[in-house]
Amino acid sequence: MSKVIVVTSGKGGVGKTTSAAAIGAGLALRGHKTVVIDFDVGLRNLDMIMGCERRVVFDFINVIQGDAKLKQALIKDRRVDTLSILPTSQTRDKDALTQEGVEKVLGELREEFDYIVCDSPAGIERGAQLAMYFADEAIVVTNPEVSSVRDSDRVLGLLNSRTRKAEEDGTIPAHLLLTRYDAKRIESGEMMKVEDVLEILAIPLLGIVPESTAVLRASNTGTPVVHDETSGAGRAYRDAVARLAGDSVEMKIAGDEKPGLFQRLFGRTA
Amino acid sequence: MKVFGFNFGARKSSSADTAKERLQILLAHERGSGAPGPDYLPLLQRDILEAIARHVKVDRDAVDIRMERDADLSSLEINIELPKRAAAR
Ligand SMILES: Nc1ncnc2c1ncn2[C@@H]1O[C@H](COP(=O)(O)OP(=O)(O)OP(=O)(O)O)[C@@H](O)[C@H]1O
Ligand SMILES: [Mg+2]
Repeated sequence: MSKVIVVTSGKGGVGKTTSAAAIGAGLALRGHKTVVIDFDVGLRNLDMIMGCERRVVFDFINVIQGDAKLKQALIKDRRVDTLSILPTSQTRDKDALTQEGVEKVLGELREEFDYIVCDSPAGIERGAQLAMYFADEAIVVTNPEVSSVRDSDRVLGLLNSRTRKAEEDGTIPAHLLLTRYDAKRIESGEMMKVEDVLEILAIPLLGIVPESTAVLRASNTGTPVVHDETSGAGRAYRDAVARLAGDSVEMKIAGDEKPGLFQRLFGRTA
Repeated sequence: MKVFGFNFGARKSSSADTAKERLQILLAHERGSGAPGPDYLPLLQRDILEAIARHVKVDRDAVDIRMERDADLSSLEINIELPKRAAAR
């Protein structure tokens, strides 16, 4: 059975696209047929983060408007063959995305994919609402600071009222993904503690992704950070994906590994 | 810069260099002079299909368009699956 998962946050720049790319790639690495969709119309970014920007031909809006078939717009990832990307339009205005159009495309994708990961735009307006409306589950990306937590709370309100799942069941399963976690700043009291964020938002924790230079490196090269197993962020996303898929994995805050001399000399393959 | 066989400023190409290169290629296509408008591909596809349909009966779904943008040249690969017996009109 297929599952539509929206990655959302309210606040901008907290790590939605980074997370959608990493989780999509992570699910695909586990063998699930996965597609990641960019819902951020006008600000195409997912293609860069996933490294397929040179191959974009058609986009989500072309498909909705009947200018291209879904099959033509899907880009196959070159690293993981179970992964595809549906890029958004760089040029159209946001109104080109319609609820009927989104429903039709998601319906077609459900026939082919196990997981459909929707990268939401920031905010709580129409674009964000369209990205969440047909979701079966939500991942709320939050940074441990007040404005992000506050926005996440508002998004949770929307998720539990303005989604089809909530209209049917009264509620939608939502997971908290805490990103840009900075142990030093939490210790010094500048950033909120995990327990405090959890107490306020009261949804289950999917993972804690540390602030990591590996994320910038990953976006520079267009390789979702989940491929970088030496980075704390990469491993945190792997664990989060495992939990999402139903495994129970101990919650730990991963740091970056420094490769040892042996590893540097002989590569990482044991 | 190479002086007396020494390669000054040579360093392992960093991920930031990769980022710059990727952006340059992409942006050259997005805003380059003489670059086709961003939405020309659906129109191109339609024109190609129309031209082919004048001679052979083809299914819209049997068209596969791939693009690969690069620094000096881009390629557009169009694959059209013709029906088994490409019946002329
Ligand atoms: N764990 C992390 N460590 C360090 N930097 C991070 C981390 N997660 C995200 N970033 C950086 O934060 C910035 C914003 O990330 P991203 O684009 O994923 O956020 P977003 O929520 O999708 O933003 P928007 O709301 O604009 O769509 C990027 O520069 C990214 O590299
Ligand atoms: Mg984003």
